[in-house]
Amino acid sequence: MKNDTPYTPSTAYPFGFLDAYAKREIRRSILKAVALPGYQVPYASREMPMGRGFGTGALQLTLSVVGPDDTLKVIDQGSDDSVNAVNLRRFIRKTCPGIQTTTLTEAATVLQSRHRIPEKPLTEEQICILQVPYPDPLVYVEPTEEKRRTMHGEADYARLWVKLYEDMREFDEITISHRYPTRINGHYVLDPSPIPRYDVPKLNRSRALILFGAGREKKIYAVPPFTKAEPLTFEDVPFRTETFVDADGNRLACRRCGATDSFLDEFTTDTGEKVFQCSDSAYCLSRSQGPASAIYTEARHDA
Amino acid sequence: MAYVAIQGGQRATEEAARLSEYLRTEQGIEGRPVSLDDIKYQLRGLHSRILSEGGLYHPDLAALAIKQSMGDPLEASFALRAYRSTRPRRMETAAHDTSRMRLVRRISAAFKDIPGGQMLGATPDYSLRLLRFDLMDESPEAFQEIAGTWMENLNADDVPDTFPKVLDLLREEGLLASSDNDGSEEAFDITRQPMIFPVPRSAALQSMARGETGSLLMIAYSNMRGYGDVHPTVGEVRVGYLPVELPHPVTGTPVEIGEVLMTECEVVAMYEGGDDAQAQPRFTVGYGACFGHNEVKAIAMAILDRALQKGMQDGAANPSEDPEFVLLHIDGIDSMGFCTHYKMPHYVTFQSDMDRLRTTQSKKERDL
Repeated sequence: MKNDTPYTPSTAYPFGFLDAYAKREIRRSILKAVALPGYQVPYASREMPMGRGFGTGALQLTLSVVGPDDTLKVIDQGSDDSVNAVNLRRFIRKTCPGIQTTTLTEAATVLQSRHRIPEKPLTEEQICILQVPYPDPLVYVEPTEEKRRTMHGEADYARLWVKLYEDMREFDEITISHRYPTRINGHYVLDPSPIPRYDVPKLNRSRALILFGAGREKKIYAVPPFTKAEPLTFEDVPFRTETFVDADGNRLACRRCGATDSFLDEFTTDTGEKVFQCSDSAYCLSRSQGPASAIYTEARHDA
Repeated sequence: MAYVAIQGGQRATEEAARLSEYLRTEQGIEGRPVSLDDIKYQLRGLHSRILSEGGLYHPDLAALAIKQSMGDPLEASFALRAYRSTRPRRMETAAHDTSRMRLVRRISAAFKDIPGGQMLGATPDYSLRLLRFDLMDESPEAFQEIAGTWMENLNADDVPDTFPKVLDLLREEGLLASSDNDGSEEAFDITRQPMIFPVPRSAALQSMARGETGSLLMIAYSNMRGYGDVHPTVGEVRVGYLPVELPHPVTGTPVEIGEVLMTECEVVAMYEGGDDAQAQPRFTVGYGACFGHNEVKAIAMAILDRALQKGMQDGAANPSEDPEFVLLHIDGIDSMGFCTHYKMPHYVTFQSDMDRLRTTQSKKERDL
């Protein structure tokens, strides 16, 4: 069978890549997720032209909420210029003609991120969309989704507490490093995506709406603005974020901008020296070179 | 300092794409771009697999996907599947009767002779897998000659339009339960609804129909080898072109809109008792079907369908009977994507891991 339809980018792809029904379904699922803070709303995730695990869930949310007048920031590991962030941003620009992109956190109306929440506090004018590999914190203790759903419904997180207790018994320390189980609005415990523990407190009473998209696992969930988010821990065991201190206990500083209030990436230089640098590149650049340096808001893209 | 230091990712990805494009055309003056027809006609096995795993019956675009991915089956299915996301689903077909398939092959392992006859068709099953060195430097003339003379002594009218289904013989004899599904039940659509377990059989069948061949084969093989007890007999494998009908937008009467090449397999499995004490024991059935000519996939799917039905009824005794285990791990797009994602930077989470290990180590040191 011959198909004579010509395939050009403008006729082959609608605004936002997804067909309109898909976007509507996703927006409805987002509304439900906002209405039930922390609840994992199942949805019919679509295949995107990048790998499952590269942020296809968050990308579907982004494409469903952005319009031509939005300004978008995409980061990966805190960096705007990480290969995956570049790739996603380029795809969104290509399929959403008119949209602006930026690296400046405060200039963005929609932020898509993998593994970090920006250092600069977000506002009620912004939506932060996080990429999620594992939406369910109970997967640590229960592999079957059917059982996990019942456990969530009953707010039965006993086995998670046991896991934390066992950690304390064995290591005198809770060993969960990232994806720290966090209770939202006193009921559902969610997986905050692989953000470090450093970023978990930013969820609590966040001014921005925080959305989570798990494409492969077909779930959407949310921390609505000004909603309580508490990492699971014991009364006598405080929740602890990553520490960046030298042998004498002094807070390490970013070697570029000197910040002592940011999450640091650890590098070993070619000479074998261990150095630290801000993971949030926009934050780092605006501190070291002034805010203007961090702006490379691209011109409106006419696809 | 690696590929994310702080800037440079944009250029790196662009150069990587350019390099891939160079590799695709590396033959230079000696090369010629492979045509979509070359792929459709000469790489049939791969093309069928992409149609099936891509989950979109579009022979031209499947060939394009193969071309641009340089023959990587996972990548090609992926591109086809992603294209699917840009298209709305406007209509649904009614259930189709596969006895109307225009067959190119059908065999039964259950009976020596079957109504309509065994029809071996084109199959490598009984060929010697010896390398054909004569094809290493095949001349275009010899190549064209074969197809040019093929139809000379054949009568196209010899082939009947329909063949009865082998399983109907067993049904007539009461060895098999008559189907309780008249086709009117609405099918689950995994492309429009997430699977929330337990899921209906139609969701399982649809997942498997676009599942990755190797993944289906692996789990079905575990059942064949002893992690399960389907013990299948291939009642029928049929390959052919199924006419597809859609309701006419005005009159509502079914109108043929084209045909799809597909493979269908029905396996007969060990018998079990009926729902009540009076009911006669009967054989059980497993069903597999997919786009394209993919026999291994259709047979593996039929075995898994049987295994899953048993698991849903009696509880899963092994992985192949566990619907969540099977259905959530057979999709090639999902699994290859997630596997690939581990190549992306994980600096932040690894930093966090090191923090936990160092803290735990220092506590241990203090205690010692």
